[in-house]
Amino acid sequence: MFPKPIQQSAPWARLTYKVLLPVALVLWLLPLIGVALTSVRPQGDLAAGNYFGIPSGFAGIENYTAVLTNSPIATYILNSFKVTVPTVIGAIALSCLTGFALAVYRFRFNLGIFFLFVAGNFIPFQILMVPVRDMTLRAGLYDTTLGLVLFHIAFQTGFCTLFMRNFIKGLPFALIESARVEGVSEWKIFRHIVLPLMRPAIAALAVLVFTFVWNDYFWATVLVQGQHAMPVTAGLYSLNGQWVAAWHLVSAGSIIAALPPVAMFFLMQKHFIAGLTLGATKG
Amino acid sequence: MTEAVYQKRVSRRPNRLKLAPWLFLAPGLLMFLIYVLVPIVESFWISFHDWDGLGAMSWIGMGNYIELLDDDTFYVSLWNNLLWLVLYLLSIPAGLAVALFLNQNVAGIRIYKSMFFFPFVISQVVVGLIFTWFYAPGFGPLSVFLEWLTGDEIAILADERYVTYGIILAGLWPQTAYCMILYLAGLNNINSEQVEAARMDGAKGFSMLWHVILPQLRPATFIALVVTVIGSLRSFDLVSIMTAGGPYGSSQVLSYFMYEQALSEYGYRMGYGAAIAVVLFLIMMVFITFFITRMLNQERNT
Amino acid sequence: MTPIRKLGGFALSLALLSTSALAGEIVLNSDQSDPAPKKAMEELIADFQEAHPDITVKWNNFDHEGYKSAIRNFLTANPPDVAAWYAGNRMKPFVDAGLFEDVSDVWEENGLNEELKSAAASMTIDGKKWGVPYTYYQWGIYYRKDIFEEQGIEPPKTWDELLAASAKLKEAGITPFTIGTKALWPTGGWFDYLNLRVNGYEFHMDLTSGEVPYTDPRVKAVFEKWAELVEPGYFIENHAAIDWQDAIPHLVQGKAAMYLMGNFAVATMKDGGLEEDQIGFLQFPQINPDIPMSEEAPTDTFHIPAGAKNKEDAKKFLAYLASPEAQTKMNKTLGQLPVNNKAEKPEDPFLEAGFEMLSEAHALAQFYDRDAAAEMAKAGMEGFQEFMVKPDKVDDILERLEKIRARVYK
Repeated sequence: MFPKPIQQSAPWARLTYKVLLPVALVLWLLPLIGVALTSVRPQGDLAAGNYFGIPSGFAGIENYTAVLTNSPIATYILNSFKVTVPTVIGAIALSCLTGFALAVYRFRFNLGIFFLFVAGNFIPFQILMVPVRDMTLRAGLYDTTLGLVLFHIAFQTGFCTLFMRNFIKGLPFALIESARVEGVSEWKIFRHIVLPLMRPAIAALAVLVFTFVWNDYFWATVLVQGQHAMPVTAGLYSLNGQWVAAWHLVSAGSIIAALPPVAMFFLMQKHFIAGLTLGATKG
Repeated sequence: MTEAVYQKRVSRRPNRLKLAPWLFLAPGLLMFLIYVLVPIVESFWISFHDWDGLGAMSWIGMGNYIELLDDDTFYVSLWNNLLWLVLYLLSIPAGLAVALFLNQNVAGIRIYKSMFFFPFVISQVVVGLIFTWFYAPGFGPLSVFLEWLTGDEIAILADERYVTYGIILAGLWPQTAYCMILYLAGLNNINSEQVEAARMDGAKGFSMLWHVILPQLRPATFIALVVTVIGSLRSFDLVSIMTAGGPYGSSQVLSYFMYEQALSEYGYRMGYGAAIAVVLFLIMMVFITFFITRMLNQERNT
Repeated sequence: MTPIRKLGGFALSLALLSTSALAGEIVLNSDQSDPAPKKAMEELIADFQEAHPDITVKWNNFDHEGYKSAIRNFLTANPPDVAAWYAGNRMKPFVDAGLFEDVSDVWEENGLNEELKSAAASMTIDGKKWGVPYTYYQWGIYYRKDIFEEQGIEPPKTWDELLAASAKLKEAGITPFTIGTKALWPTGGWFDYLNLRVNGYEFHMDLTSGEVPYTDPRVKAVFEKWAELVEPGYFIENHAAIDWQDAIPHLVQGKAAMYLMGNFAVATMKDGGLEEDQIGFLQFPQINPDIPMSEEAPTDTFHIPAGAKNKEDAKKFLAYLASPEAQTKMNKTLGQLPVNNKAEKPEDPFLEAGFEMLSEAHALAQFYDRDAAAEMAKAGMEGFQEFMVKPDKVDDILERLEKIRARVYK
């Protein structure tokens, strides 16, 4: 293991490390602490110029309640789930298939198609706004969570394919070859041999895609109009007034909205870290 | 099995092998085609027109591009994008450093790792907001610190010399968290035998890192490079919330410039915006080609 | 599809259409995400439905910023029956694209040409009316009454008095004016008022509609007057880094004494801890005594999209919105001024002062970013911001603005 396991170092080194950890964390999360602090400030603080000092009062309950009652944030969070979860499932399912195809088979267009997926993921998505909106309209999917889901699945497939293809490339090809010799069909090879080995990659991608789609603001405003389908990112800024930005409310709302991806990461951490590796056999 | 059955199976296999990839590719490719590839082509098409997004389109050929070459804001954006590209790469060694720091097995390390990941998970708009206040002259901690350091009150976001650096710093925070996670994963999978062998040879510290560890982390570094480059060219949310491209356009970047021209409350020029997006896309193509070639070379050599 | 099926389908949709028309539902899109406007809308909708029990209102409330891009999508894609927006040149792109409905008939039938006279000009394009205004608010200089008293300064009525007051404040270690130009539009307020006072309303309208070049000496004269405040450092430093809201603490803490702003700022000032008797309001001082005083009064409006399904009921909504009763009630909740001159006068001292000022005004401007074409507005305000930081670059700035004007207004 690298660096040297701390248990093997001198006691003073161990102690220093143990002390350094929480200090480093606080420094690292200082901006976050700033957000949390803002979320418990009364509105007057910001208007008086008290941004980082001790809050003049504890308005945490007030602010969080205001966010939860004055805005349909519960609906927004539900919508975010309605968009994110199917996207994660869809994108990963599709990219398992495409990654498998590009990693295992040799055919003339392999490289070209791979290039397409990667390139498509690099694009500035503003360029897609008008065409995608028009298409969603014509399909009658405007202002629905399904419309958002379909777009996100399609777009995330680019990145996921890159990831999966590299991961699968790192798996021992011998497994597949021997299965072929046995006469196993391609689909069965995929389903029963390769797929189980992809679990770590799937876990890692699940967390990443979840985070990306959960935090998306741009497409939520382009493809959705009404509250019934609005995810939390776009809905959050409705806490801001016409003139007066209610940053204390937005901060509270942001903390609430950030919890699901973090929880997701925490739960999947073991698999996530295992999956981010792109093949242990690479030298 | 009988000889006949075996031969039948074998003869069927090449056809199956030819068809199989396409079957696997079909659903993903279809979605991607419809939602990504076709719209890109459509946007190229739009960039040759003058269109306000509401009424009719009118063909102007290369008109938008010619105007772009004469536009000061375009050059400012290009320069800023370059700065973003280069400086954003700092998140990679920074992420590695944090990953190395956290790669121990003390109690509760899992919680620490999750918490260090937090910045990546927060909406970028909130990140931008907090850093704006950090920099604010008079009361922002960073501004106060700089004043103490240099004796001069510098308002980073109001000063055209420093504004882009200020925004990039804000962006480095979540991006470093991302790289950290990638490296944590990579570190988990290094070959411990190699490490032990090197240790017995007397290698340690920096030379161990350079000669034994880093080569094994190459896949993680590659992905980190890819996402960092993509991230730097996409810097939309932060620029939008922290300066809206200001002061007077000095922190402008191509992704925001495009949005401003085509979709913001002051911009109704879809054609022009599409042209900017096309330019950005072509720039990215250079990197994509570079990456893919590198990746393929590596694979061929392994 | 076989002809019989087609016919059946057609009949079904016809039936559905007529049922929806009979059901009397209108879809309303707006961006009142702030608590006060939201409440005002809720009351308005409830009252309207009471007055018209056969009509139901389906209300889609958007986030204020997101609305500005959402409207472009939904006007073409899925138009509601009523949509909120702004007057003047801000509605022009939609009018020109044929996305708004001509509602001159609503104005005629309800005597609105008389009752909404002050805002009539800003609702008219090509001689027709394109929406109904329901609220506006005043702009002016809000100042620290207590600081003025301490320093022995009388509220200035002319430009020279303003300069003298500023000099006195500066000597006492107080910055005369606070401002936050990060979002650009506060600079528009300054330019507009200086132009209105130096050159007058008619010239200002000509300039914003692109008929006067920015290199014209009269425009330069405005900047020269502005420089009289910028060069001695009468504005707070580093205003380009902060938003209008973050400029308020300077006023609250007594580091600055005056703020040229819209009336909505008062609530925030009070939030920050100022008492009502510490805040004073004064009209932007006179510069040229031969020019009648005009004011800024940005107006909020409602429109009917051209693609609306239920225009009949939508027009009833607009008519209701224009009535004195509705406007009085809404504006009480909003803390702003009703456009209808038959509505009740507000009680709040600042609003009352505003009401007086606006009713005596020679004409009402809509604010630079609504009077000027969108792209010109952005470039203009960026130029104003740059001028406020680098006043010696005024000629370069004006030339650049002129270049953009030539392109935008062709």
